[in-house]
Amino acid sequence: MQRNTKTVGCDGMETMMTTKTLASSKATALMSVLFVAMIGAATVFLTGFAHSQALHDAAHDVRHASGFPCH
Amino acid sequence: MTQHMMCVTPLASPATDLMIKHMLTSAVFAGFAAGLLAALLHFAFVQKLILLGEGYETGVLVHFNGVATSGSLNGHDHTAISVADAAAPATTEAATATQADGHSHEHEAVEEGSALTRNAWTSLFFGAGYVGYALLLVAGYGLAEAFGKRVTLREGLLWGIAGYAALQLAPAMGLEPELPGTMAADLTARQIWWLGTAICTAGGLGLLGYGKGVASVIGAVLLLAIPHVIGAPELDSYSGVAPPELASAFAARSLAVGLIVWSALGALSGWFWSRPQ
Repeated sequence: MQRNTKTVGCDGMETMMTTKTLASSKATALMSVLFVAMIGAATVFLTGFAHSQALHDAAHDVRHASGFPCH
Repeated sequence: MTQHMMCVTPLASPATDLMIKHMLTSAVFAGFAAGLLAALLHFAFVQKLILLGEGYETGVLVHFNGVATSGSLNGHDHTAISVADAAAPATTEAATATQADGHSHEHEAVEEGSALTRNAWTSLFFGAGYVGYALLLVAGYGLAEAFGKRVTLREGLLWGIAGYAALQLAPAMGLEPELPGTMAADLTARQIWWLGTAICTAGGLGLLGYGKGVASVIGAVLLLAIPHVIGAPELDSYSGVAPPELASAFAARSLAVGLIVWSALGALSGWFWSRPQ
């Protein structure tokens, strides 16, 4: 069995692989940011914007005190 | 058989999970702490004004005939006005007389239960709301970090103040904090303007904070100004039933409390975010 002992990152392609890794790392960070921002926006929407009567009644004082349009 | 050792981070990596987990825990801890502070300040400074506003909204209290409102902003004599009181049609004199004569034990129990429920919902939604704000803030911290900008307690404080400006202060420039009993334009139109203003202001402040060059400054000023040039939806006339003193006190106190809590939220979330993952 022939064994290739050369590993990626140690064969003269370090710069390219580092760039790829950084780009991939930034892309995953941006995906995480988007995911968390969407949960945050949904939570703020339910607290301050949803027209559901039950949500309006429960969050009534918070909407008024936080400056959301309420009625 | 050829073997290659790969050192490329896969898309759904443990690092991603770790980052999301760090964002969520930072936001939840900071958000609930800020929500608790918001609830305490609300009960101390703002709630009694809302209850009074509801009294005028439902006719329990009447402006210009409101002997019972004298000194109420600084006193505690009206904290007894509850949802149950506000729902019952009565004149100021009747409301005053009822308070002077005392309530029956049964009525007091209903009021107490109603007030407790109301306060519980208010506390819960302050927590939820500020966790939502905190999630938006830490998403911003993550974005900043992806571009090499580290956020700690100090930067978090500035982010918190910017969040307050975007989500409370700038919308209040066009849509003043609404005391119950205040008349206002169509709800959906106001919500659209509120949302547009918040997004534009956040974008403008982000450009001011992290942009480079004159073009960024011009873009930021445009974003900050556009919502107010367009103008918020408003009514042609004034027909609010609550006294102006009450409405202005409510606006001032709710904005002041907002600044305090948002500052705390920014600092806390920045501190949690800067801790080791």
